[in-house]
Amino acid sequence: MAETATETKEDELLSSTENGVLTLTLNRPQVLNSLTHGMMKGIRKTFKKAASDPAVRVIVLTGSGRAFCAGADLGDLKKMYEAGEAPPLGEELRKYFNPMVREIRATEKPVIAVVNGLAAGAGASLALACDLKICVPSAKFISAFIQVGLIPDSGFSHMLTHTLGLGLALEHAWTAKPITASRAEQFGMVNRVVAVEDLEHELDDLIQSLVRVPAKAVGLTKRLLTASMDKEFDAQLEYEAQIQEILGRTEDHLEGVNAFLESRKPKFTGN
Amino acid sequence: MASVASVIAGGGDVVTTVDGAVGVVRINRPDVLNALSYGVMQSIVEAFEKYDRDPDIRAILLTGDERAFAAGADIKELENATVVEMASSQQMERWDRIRKVSKPIVAAVSGFALGGGCELAMCCDLIIASETAIFGQPEISIGVMPGAGGTQRLTRAVGKAVAMDMVLTGRRLDAKEALSHGLVSRVVPVELYFDEAMKAAHAIAAQAPVAARMAKEGVSRALDMSLETGLAYERRLFYLLFGTEDQKEGMAAFREKRKPEYKGK
Repeated sequence: MAETATETKEDELLSSTENGVLTLTLNRPQVLNSLTHGMMKGIRKTFKKAASDPAVRVIVLTGSGRAFCAGADLGDLKKMYEAGEAPPLGEELRKYFNPMVREIRATEKPVIAVVNGLAAGAGASLALACDLKICVPSAKFISAFIQVGLIPDSGFSHMLTHTLGLGLALEHAWTAKPITASRAEQFGMVNRVVAVEDLEHELDDLIQSLVRVPAKAVGLTKRLLTASMDKEFDAQLEYEAQIQEILGRTEDHLEGVNAFLESRKPKFTGN
Repeated sequence: MASVASVIAGGGDVVTTVDGAVGVVRINRPDVLNALSYGVMQSIVEAFEKYDRDPDIRAILLTGDERAFAAGADIKELENATVVEMASSQQMERWDRIRKVSKPIVAAVSGFALGGGCELAMCCDLIIASETAIFGQPEISIGVMPGAGGTQRLTRAVGKAVAMDMVLTGRRLDAKEALSHGLVSRVVPVELYFDEAMKAAHAIAAQAPVAARMAKEGVSRALDMSLETGLAYERRLFYLLFGTEDQKEGMAAFREKRKPEYKGK
């Protein structure tokens, strides 16, 4: 099992920003990028900072090597397991995993997971917590939890039922049979499967289409659609009216309409 | 938009502006998350009382900023206080004076409303919260307990179960929880909370002023009285309104399908 790490080691999470795109790479390829406490804190902090950084328009999350992420690193819990003690798993989730996926969902900027291989356990949760998912053909999602006597966590259960429906979600959670990239695409769990050689180009296309449109509207679209998951239709109608009122006051809305009326290309500023 | 009418005592820590018939009071200590120093409380109370006396003001709006409504008392002022000092300071009397303000007060709350901040929001007649608002009474974590109505108003608002949880463990409520427990009246996106509160304040200001004051008094007293006494009290307030010109105007306007013009008489 992987070594213990509670602080982010500089190289286990790589981060770089270029042309408005923050790329975050899980970088422990020797252990299939399994998540340490330090990495989870690092992901959370990076997202929190990116949320208020106007230089960041899109966030890309990926793994180095052949896996996206194989799930949780045992870390400090390893000693407890070896000593036969019950690990404080609830606390572990509340302190590290849940804040991480919450931060991703709360960041009002597009988050793209480039699933470059295996996404298992909390690694699958992490991929699915992202807004858009692009997979390579060899990518697969595995709810590995049942094999160690646990349930799918870090939001996995929510995302499974919301994309697959109850029956298929239960089957997957119970059997831990891998969901292949093509099957994930078929169910709408991921946005698309792209051949490795086309990945860069496809990703760039997607990013370009996201940075071309007004940033505030992109962010509020995420807030609105995320909220629809737990709002009733009538409440959602009112929420739409509120969000539209906010956007109606933006310069970009004015610019968009005027550009349309004047048959020219709009120049959006994010204001 | 409102113009700055006056900046009152407290070195700009509390800013008052007037928007139509709405008197706005804004706590302005962003560097300390709008902590409620004695000076700030004094300024808020004075602003409220000034608006209460001003016949052109029909509703009051209290707010902070996006990050904090008010994050609590100024601990620096309290840390070394003695019992005698606490009991003889006028701090709590200031809070009593807020209760005597007869015009409706709307709180526009975003970010932290903790300790004294939560108590101050609860002193208002309705709370419009942003989705990012957080309410809590964390005094227990610094060795004390709520002292400005926190145990009383919170319990009346959310019930014993939730109040005990908040007061004893320091548990905070996010905006969604605050709405479901009845602590706040509305929750809207952070970009809109001030406008929504202003809309509510203007809606109140458009009503017959005496009726609005009596209605506020009726609801406020409801929590202190038996149903029997409360109903009798309400009836008297209701009858009283038939002595106002605005009652005649309101009903005539309704019959004539036009907008009423209230004079506050």
